[in-house]
Amino acid sequence: MASIFKNAESFLPADNAYALLPFRFVRLDAGRYVAVNEVGEWQTLTRPELEALVGKKLPGNTPLYYSLKSKHFIQDANSNVAMDLLTLKVRTKRRRIAEFTSLHMFVVTLRCNHSCRYCQVSRQSEDRSAFDMTIPVANKAIDFTFRSPAQAIKIEFQGGEPLLNFELVKHIVLEAKKRNISERRSLAFVIATNLSVLDDKVLSFCREHDIYISTSLDGPEDLHNANRPNAGNNSYQITIGGIRQAREALGMDKVSALMTTTKASLPRAAEIVDEYVSQGFRGIFLRGLSPYGFAIKAKCFDEYDSQQWQDFYREGLDYIIELNKRGIFFAEHYTALVLRKMLTPYGTGYVNLQSPAGMGIAGIVYNHDGEVYPSDEARMKAEMGDKIFRMGNLLTDSYEEVMLSPALLTPLKESVAEAVPMCEECAFLPYCGSDPDYHYATQHDFVGHKAQSGFCKKNMGVFRYIIQKMEDDPEARRILEKWVQW
Amino acid sequence: MLKLLSKTVVPLSKITESDAVVRRIADAADYTPALRAQEYFIVRNVNVIIPPGFAGYLFFEKPNGNVPINSFLIESALSYLGSGDIVKIYPELKMLRTLYRKCSTHNSLSVTERCNNLCLMCSQPPRDADDSYIIGDVLQTIPLMSPETKAIGITGGEPTLLGQDLLGIIRCLKDNLPSTTVHILSNGRAFKDWDYAKAVADISHPDLMIGIPLYSDISSIHDYVVQADGAFDDTIRGIINLKSVGVRVEIRTVIHKLTFERLPDLSRFIRRNLTFCDHVALMGLELTGFTRSNMDKLWMDPKDYQPQLREAVRLLSWARMFVSIYNHQLCLLDPELVPFNRRSISDWKNEYMPECEGCARKIECGGFFNSSRLRYSAHIIPFRD
Repeated sequence: MASIFKNAESFLPADNAYALLPFRFVRLDAGRYVAVNEVGEWQTLTRPELEALVGKKLPGNTPLYYSLKSKHFIQDANSNVAMDLLTLKVRTKRRRIAEFTSLHMFVVTLRCNHSCRYCQVSRQSEDRSAFDMTIPVANKAIDFTFRSPAQAIKIEFQGGEPLLNFELVKHIVLEAKKRNISERRSLAFVIATNLSVLDDKVLSFCREHDIYISTSLDGPEDLHNANRPNAGNNSYQITIGGIRQAREALGMDKVSALMTTTKASLPRAAEIVDEYVSQGFRGIFLRGLSPYGFAIKAKCFDEYDSQQWQDFYREGLDYIIELNKRGIFFAEHYTALVLRKMLTPYGTGYVNLQSPAGMGIAGIVYNHDGEVYPSDEARMKAEMGDKIFRMGNLLTDSYEEVMLSPALLTPLKESVAEAVPMCEECAFLPYCGSDPDYHYATQHDFVGHKAQSGFCKKNMGVFRYIIQKMEDDPEARRILEKWVQW
Repeated sequence: MLKLLSKTVVPLSKITESDAVVRRIADAADYTPALRAQEYFIVRNVNVIIPPGFAGYLFFEKPNGNVPINSFLIESALSYLGSGDIVKIYPELKMLRTLYRKCSTHNSLSVTERCNNLCLMCSQPPRDADDSYIIGDVLQTIPLMSPETKAIGITGGEPTLLGQDLLGIIRCLKDNLPSTTVHILSNGRAFKDWDYAKAVADISHPDLMIGIPLYSDISSIHDYVVQADGAFDDTIRGIINLKSVGVRVEIRTVIHKLTFERLPDLSRFIRRNLTFCDHVALMGLELTGFTRSNMDKLWMDPKDYQPQLREAVRLLSWARMFVSIYNHQLCLLDPELVPFNRRSISDWKNEYMPECEGCARKIECGGFFNSSRLRYSAHIIPFRD
């Protein structure tokens, strides 16, 4: 009896013809290329495979063909749903653009009791009137914050040392919460503090209002103290004591720390990681050098340090993966951000990996004097004398005037990575972003020449390294998968 | 296995019942007279007085003396029937069909036998016949069900082939059983029509999920498994439309020789493209229906696909998707997968094999389909305490 069922071959496209869907490729390492589609799905290929793919000579019915078809690099006559899914994925990746601005940084004072090497903004001053934000400015900033269409809003208190103006922090938290009764946003607060003036009054307020604490911890005691001097005091001991105190009062999850990589940090990746592990953190952000502080002053910000940072990052990441292999859950947060772009259909809120750039859209800064800047880096630039990114002033300009100011729109428009030379053809574009303030600081141009860009070099190195890890070390891949926030 | 269709119904008296009527069963002698005229009385003891006034009477043994009008002798295999259950008798055909069992959590309504797919492993092979009468039965059955019913499944055939009538069934369920979970098994193809998906959403059923099979991330493989050109595209568009209008969707896949290799790839595809789906069920093969004709193409020992299954489950659960394993025996599963295992086989066809004798974890185990007797894993080992 003839079967009522058709065989598998009768469902294959008749002529083995396929069409290419949009993707870019780049050499990954000596033996391989990596192709990445518009939404960050990737496929590694040998040179002959790549040539067969683009020459439309790839044989059908093979694992590579299926893999490329599944990830929407190609489509054949059997299915035309790929474009529907790709558009859906692009929409999902880009959703945050309509949800601007989610991070609102309030510089409640410039006064600080530390004199960190890489800080350009803090003032060692007792003069409250000159460097503290006033209540009228704060109220205007709250108005601005709630003009944002974003559903999730985070208010971050910055400085200086924001706790030196704690009364204003309290005022802003209470006012914002009052406003939010009718606004109904998902509202969160974080205080970026060196913890040196933490007391029970502050902690009980933080506990009552679910406020997160973010502090700086640069590594082991000698390194931390060298980077972050606090005249006459042991800055490290103060930080560690403060972390303990804050955790006890608020809970482990409410306290996070950030490290800044200085030249002194570069040979000490594993020690820095160990410091975080021993302090009970579940992860670390191996932050790149930024050209706004000492690096700019020393005029040694670019090529050389970018390569050194990459070595530092690789050493740190390898060490962290080793820790995980030994059963310690510990994540590297920059890698986790990139992995979210690589593995999930979602984007991230991370300011420095957005296109259009994150400045003003992902985050915005309200300075103590009412000046509005699109990023922390832009305000530091202004403190160094260049106000090119100044969007306006809260006391004199409307929300529309500030958000549509050329100081924001020009760098945003010029730097859209999809339309920038070298970026538009780069396979890693879907993982990357544009950073106009970095390129302005280093090349006096919002776009910059990418061959001379430390930002480009650094991120290309990170993307390559992560893909190699994912492809070549199955155990590392399982570990990295677990860091991803879905 | 419970007998849901009996073909040995014997009339014991004058029969006035037509085959157009669905009735509930009562078994209490003091049952309220107000409802008796619509219901059957099930006679468990022929020696006591039979309460008058019921629409009919079901006997397991022939009584002595006179019996009331519309009395039927039914086989002892139906002795599971009890108060609140719903049956339909076809006097001409000497048939009784059980439509609903009050005490079961696995009640489902098969609303058509027609289908526009022809899956190689279909457990209920479709028949292309006019079965529009079923809708009438279903709409009679639903109002008779207990309002405490936890869950009702809608199966087929392909329920969406009923078109507007399926919407009527969903509305009927919402109106009569507002607190009952409804699960519809559909290939999803009809929902490529956005208006149809929207019409389901507009009913605003409080607890509705549509379970839609997706057998591969590769269109040609899916189309081959369901034996229909273009099915993959229709199904994907259907899933997207349903989710875009807010209808909950479960993705189901059956693991067998044709699908196991790409199972991790299917997971990757789902978490990338369909991460908004509410549940993913990875299911073992049921050896009934068409599966029996395609055993060579389909059957493999579940032990042999554990690495792929483990990877597939990991990929989905890492992506925070809700994932379940159905129809698997506990002793075959990778230990990491045990928390994902659900006892999913309908109670009326759930069995254990001789090897299971003395197993300490039977109660947690999904067990077997009764059809698994035909063939099952060579690695069944009882757990000992």
